[in-house]
Amino acid sequence: MFTARNKGRLALGAVVVGVALALSGCAASNPLDSGSGSSATPTETITIGSQAYYSNEIIAEIYAQALENGGQTVVRKFNIGQRDAYLPALEQDRSKAGAVDLFPEYTGNLLQFYDKTTTATSSADVFAALKTALPKGLTVLDQSPAADQDSYNVTAAFAKTNNLTSIADLAKATVPLKLGGAAELADRPYGPKGLASKYNVTVSFTATGDTTVDDLLAGTVNIANVYSADPRIQTDKLVTLADPDGLFLASNVVPLVRADLANQVAKIINAVSAKLTPEGLVALNVQSTVDQKSPADIAKGWLTAQGLLK
Amino acid sequence: MNWLINNWPLVLQLGVQHIRLSITPIVLGFVIAIPLGWLAYRFTLTRGLLLTIAGLLYTIPSLAMFVILPPLLGISFLSEINLTIALTIYAVAIMSRSVADALTSVDPAIRQSATAVGFGSWRRFWSVEFPLAGPVILAGLRVAAVSTISLVTVGILIGVDSLGYLFTNGSQRRIVLEILAGVLGVMIIALIVDFLLVRLGRVLMPWVPRQSRSFGRNQRQLAMEASS
Amino acid sequence: MTLFAQAFAWIFSPDRLTGSTSLPSLVGQHLFFTLVSVVIAAVIAVPAGYLIGHTGRGREIAVGISGAARALPSFGLILLLVILIGVTRKSEAAYIAFVLLAIPSILAGAYAGIEAVDRRVVDAARAVGMTEWQILMRVEIPLGLPLLIGGLRAATLQVVATVTLAAYIGLGGLGLPIIAGLALRRFDQMLGAAIVIVVLALLLDGAFALLERLVVPRGVTAGRTKDVRTASSRRRAVMGTPIEEGNG
Repeated sequence: MFTARNKGRLALGAVVVGVALALSGCAASNPLDSGSGSSATPTETITIGSQAYYSNEIIAEIYAQALENGGQTVVRKFNIGQRDAYLPALEQDRSKAGAVDLFPEYTGNLLQFYDKTTTATSSADVFAALKTALPKGLTVLDQSPAADQDSYNVTAAFAKTNNLTSIADLAKATVPLKLGGAAELADRPYGPKGLASKYNVTVSFTATGDTTVDDLLAGTVNIANVYSADPRIQTDKLVTLADPDGLFLASNVVPLVRADLANQVAKIINAVSAKLTPEGLVALNVQSTVDQKSPADIAKGWLTAQGLLK
Repeated sequence: MNWLINNWPLVLQLGVQHIRLSITPIVLGFVIAIPLGWLAYRFTLTRGLLLTIAGLLYTIPSLAMFVILPPLLGISFLSEINLTIALTIYAVAIMSRSVADALTSVDPAIRQSATAVGFGSWRRFWSVEFPLAGPVILAGLRVAAVSTISLVTVGILIGVDSLGYLFTNGSQRRIVLEILAGVLGVMIIALIVDFLLVRLGRVLMPWVPRQSRSFGRNQRQLAMEASS
Repeated sequence: MTLFAQAFAWIFSPDRLTGSTSLPSLVGQHLFFTLVSVVIAAVIAVPAGYLIGHTGRGREIAVGISGAARALPSFGLILLLVILIGVTRKSEAAYIAFVLLAIPSILAGAYAGIEAVDRRVVDAARAVGMTEWQILMRVEIPLGLPLLIGGLRAATLQVVATVTLAAYIGLGGLGLPIIAGLALRRFDQMLGAAIVIVVLALLLDGAFALLERLVVPRGVTAGRTKDVRTASSRRRAVMGTPIEEGNG
């Protein structure tokens, strides 16, 4: 094999393999990262994470751009996915790989994560309970007026035919009730079990995942768990059923951050949170789903419109 | 079209990330499969065992593999290393069988001539058997490469970003073009890698004829074999 | 290792036998989707494969299809089809994806089986006076059965893996506990379902392996020798094996 003719070819082959390996080593950063190279500031580099949820990614991008505009260095680690993954990343030592510092979260869901038996339901109560339920290294900054929580919705026609304005009315419905939502809703405390215990409503459950709203409109399910900031509630004229007995916890957007970095980001992030209204959040989501813009463009547009970019 | 215009840098970045995630399992799989395949070829005892295990590993669905590996190996579930190890296992499973078959198909007469001429077994392997087995090994490598590139997309479910991000994100936002871009992106990368591997094969094994086997040629070849 | 203990506890807990997502019903759904898809794919691919193998035409196209289909990401295909076809026909969209992914392996198994038959045997059959149809039915198909079964085996396992992923769109099957468990952080549920999936896949694989052995015609097994030196091997790696998609 090592004749004079073959040596050249062998070398070429080795070079190709070597380049491939080198490339794999070099391009070792997540493309949804972008370490911005702002000038040397005495503050720490903030790593911002996001859930695998497009709306959450937009909010995270807003935080990122706001901080960068304020002169801080930001690294993005988006689409981490489950709390399982990013909460340890927030709690672990900063020097470890995969550590995250700042994360846009939702008060109610986060509270339920840390305290499954909580009875707080109103926005203020949940926020207060969350502050105490968090582990030592983490804290939350001011919560935003914008909320993005689970809610049960029906079509306008269904609401009219069955006279529905609140979840309690479902108990009087004469048709079989079919609930649709993410696969894990079957086991959530506010899922079918919660409906039965709190409102005496029996439903059958179908996992509909990403097609929940389409399924509701098509009639394969008649009640759907839709996030309150989903623009389709308005565009498709869905009726959100009221929740007098507090099945759902209020879930406002809130920044979750490491306790020792809170001061560094508090001023900028709190300004952002204050300006994020419920309608504003829905509008952001519309830009993503209808106008199909990228999170970076949406964030930039919103920050400029709010006058938060210098 | 809106989506593509607004987001094509993201598609490119994810494409690069996708390629990066594919390279390690393919290369590592190849490197590990050679000794394993050789063991399967050399000792009939190990042959059955290794190939059966390889076959069984390949039957495990990817999502199940991602769930089972972390408790077995003590790695984190939502991590890139989980994805890499799982994909490497699949690549090894495909290629070790290829290597074993390829080495088995080397004409024993040639092996014996090499020994007769004075090659030691190490040199005989690298100078004679391995090059002759090359085409079949390359076929296995191509299959493993394409399969790996396609499987990287499932990594999005364990939080590893690749072109698979376009699937879940597009599904959430109900943007058809985004999902389609992801599917086409994966296929394009796979086809390009396949093409490059074929070219690499031609460079490294220049003695192999390039014509694709046609039915007529098959018959002629067989006639020649039959008469010899 | 306690995680595995928890997983087994999950599998064998009595909750698994109740409700719409009981383990037996999930297994049943999984098998049903797999079976129906493979049968439909076989109905399409087997005749096509036999045609290609017997006449020798269209082989390049078949090889190309097999290669392209392997590059197709099954997860993306399902999501794409569901969004294109609509939510009311989610299962149809899923079936189309499963069938598309199963066809290439079965096609390859069918034509490879026919092609692997020694041409001298076919020539002998022709010389004896068999019609083309008789050659196909009595000589080529029986001799090619092992490779066809091999193709069906690969296709079945491919579909089993894809049905697992289809749980993401709520289709059911054994992937559902994994997808739901992802969000609920219930690793015992995920691991338990994964173990059941693996067992199912291994059982199916074993069944097909057995079938492959059983369908070899008696006359062929009689003439086989295990000694590699005396057995005639058609795929000899002598100096003239072209590089191409041989073992696809």
